[in-house]
Amino acid sequence: MSAAPSRDGHGPARERPALGATRTAEQHGESPYGRPVIKEPVWTPEIPAYFYVGGLAGGSAALALLADLRGEEALARRAWLTAFAGSVVSPVLLISDLGVPKRFLHMLRMFKVTSPMSVGSWILAGFGTATAPATLHAISGQRLGAVGRGAQVASALLGLPLASYTAALITNTSVPAWHSARAEMPFVFTTGAALSAGAAALMLAPVEEAQAPRRLAVGGAAVELVLVHLMERRLEREGVGEAYNVGKVKWLNHAATWATAAGAAVVAARGRRSRRAAVVGGALLTAGAIAERFTIFRAGVQSARRPQDTVGPQRERIRRGASAGAARTKARRAPAQMPTGDTRPGERPVTPGSPAIEP
Amino acid sequence: MAAYELETRAWPGSYGDDAKPRMGFFTDTSVCIGCKACEVACKEWNQIPPSPQGFTGDSYDNTIDLGADTWRHVAFVEQRKPVGLEPAGDASLSLAQAAARGSLVDETGLQTYQDGDGMRWLMASDVCKHCTHAACLEVCPTGALFRTEFGTVVVQEDICNGCGYCVPACPFGVLDQREEDGRVWKCTLCYDRLKDDKEPACAQACPTNSIQFGELGDLRERAEARLAQLQDAGLEEAQLYGADDDGVGGFGAFFLLLDEPETYHLPPDPVDTTRDLGAIWASATAATATLAAGIAAAVLWRRS
Repeated sequence: MSAAPSRDGHGPARERPALGATRTAEQHGESPYGRPVIKEPVWTPEIPAYFYVGGLAGGSAALALLADLRGEEALARRAWLTAFAGSVVSPVLLISDLGVPKRFLHMLRMFKVTSPMSVGSWILAGFGTATAPATLHAISGQRLGAVGRGAQVASALLGLPLASYTAALITNTSVPAWHSARAEMPFVFTTGAALSAGAAALMLAPVEEAQAPRRLAVGGAAVELVLVHLMERRLEREGVGEAYNVGKVKWLNHAATWATAAGAAVVAARGRRSRRAAVVGGALLTAGAIAERFTIFRAGVQSARRPQDTVGPQRERIRRGASAGAARTKARRAPAQMPTGDTRPGERPVTPGSPAIEP
Repeated sequence: MAAYELETRAWPGSYGDDAKPRMGFFTDTSVCIGCKACEVACKEWNQIPPSPQGFTGDSYDNTIDLGADTWRHVAFVEQRKPVGLEPAGDASLSLAQAAARGSLVDETGLQTYQDGDGMRWLMASDVCKHCTHAACLEVCPTGALFRTEFGTVVVQEDICNGCGYCVPACPFGVLDQREEDGRVWKCTLCYDRLKDDKEPACAQACPTNSIQFGELGDLRERAEARLAQLQDAGLEEAQLYGADDDGVGGFGAFFLLLDEPETYHLPPDPVDTTRDLGAIWASATAATATLAAGIAAAVLWRRS
């Protein structure tokens, strides 16, 4: 596979195969004229923003419920408010991305497990429904009784898959840089959710109640950095890792890594004593989490634009014998007799038209 | 029932007695003359908006690709093949082979070979493959994409809300969003005409019968015979594309190509992404459980 950057303006133009050249087997990674084989996602930046907000909201709800159990009420209230804000912003982001926003309710026409977007729509609808009373219960001093507590449990339970289904959604596509990372991506997303929720709570909660957020932020950051590294290694092994390391995505990727690492370092070093350090560290971690979501999203778009990422691994599967591919040169039967009469191949039969359908 | 061997998940099962034979296209690119009558007929019948994409400079191909406003696309690929009196070498043909190839035109109706300097044009009318396992249909959250009684895959324009999930799900890059209305559009295999026992507009307009329409089982038999004929005539690169149980379970609209699929911008081993959905959900479930455990540990664990 050549290391040439893509043709999307994020780097120097790829060298096209010479016009008219019949390509050799080694060049089969390229489609002629360098055109993409699959379509890139049409999703707008609202979608990677939602990856962050959804993870933040889901993680915060789970954090809030458990903090409440520990009696850390100041932390719990702030985490519930974060979850509530996320549950309001999320559908706004998703609906504004739709081609026909006023048809957003069509998302709930059916429930399809083959469509993570359908599953996710129901999760988000349930999460939104539960999080509003859950938050009200928390900030009103437990006024809603059993109903409020039930809503809190439901919100936390729905918040967890809210953080992971988005990874199932993007890996369940033909985009090479996403689909090939299907084992790691959900873990990257849930770790990101834990770290986002931790970072937000760090910035909002008093230092004495912020032990759990500090652990989530620092632990989440460490695990995410390792997971992202493992994911990129896997993509490289499968020959589709380059989309993360060319053009603007490369810089976004570096920014995400350094912001996350720096934020975790600040929180680990000074977060326990200094409120200011907690806020700075939380902000850095938040920026890192957002940059990581945009990196993954933009890398997917870039990977879809690269014909070599789509075709290369497929041709490699055929070469290895792992797949027969969709094309076959060997005929399954003897050649038919040439048609008698006046027609020969390439001419219409005497009676124009293909066979009609029998009613 | 021969036609029912090409079963999909929803067809014919969910239609019962209303199921019709599975209909499809066999596009024999060896007789395509690149007239683009199919593109025009498709646009006219389906009232598709214009899709000017500018002059590419890539052969005569200015339609570029399939998309929301291009449901048939005639790919033009220029290749220089060592034919005729080229200097002898490993890749070049002997005079006898070249002569035999020259006679292919008469024997098989082959339209793509140019003699002289060995330049050849490959022309192929691309279209939605109406896959047996259609990723677009499986991932559609609204049910706008559905399997018809003819076993084809169609978008319902009054249901689609433009979520765009099918666009990157398709392993062929067939579907796209139309900017003017936000919805996703693609070939319907002329669902309206099929209901009236008419063949699709592109097949009717094709002057060389490169686009053949019919029951998928019949078309596959016809295609095998055609492939055998071309192979016998010495055209070793001729291949059927999408006629087997491949990564998408076989195409409802399949092709006879004269070179590897990549040459026509087609993926050599397309896979229905939902084939891996079990593993994807398993991973997502494990990640969800890990998140729960992680948050619980962070909040509840205390050094005693």
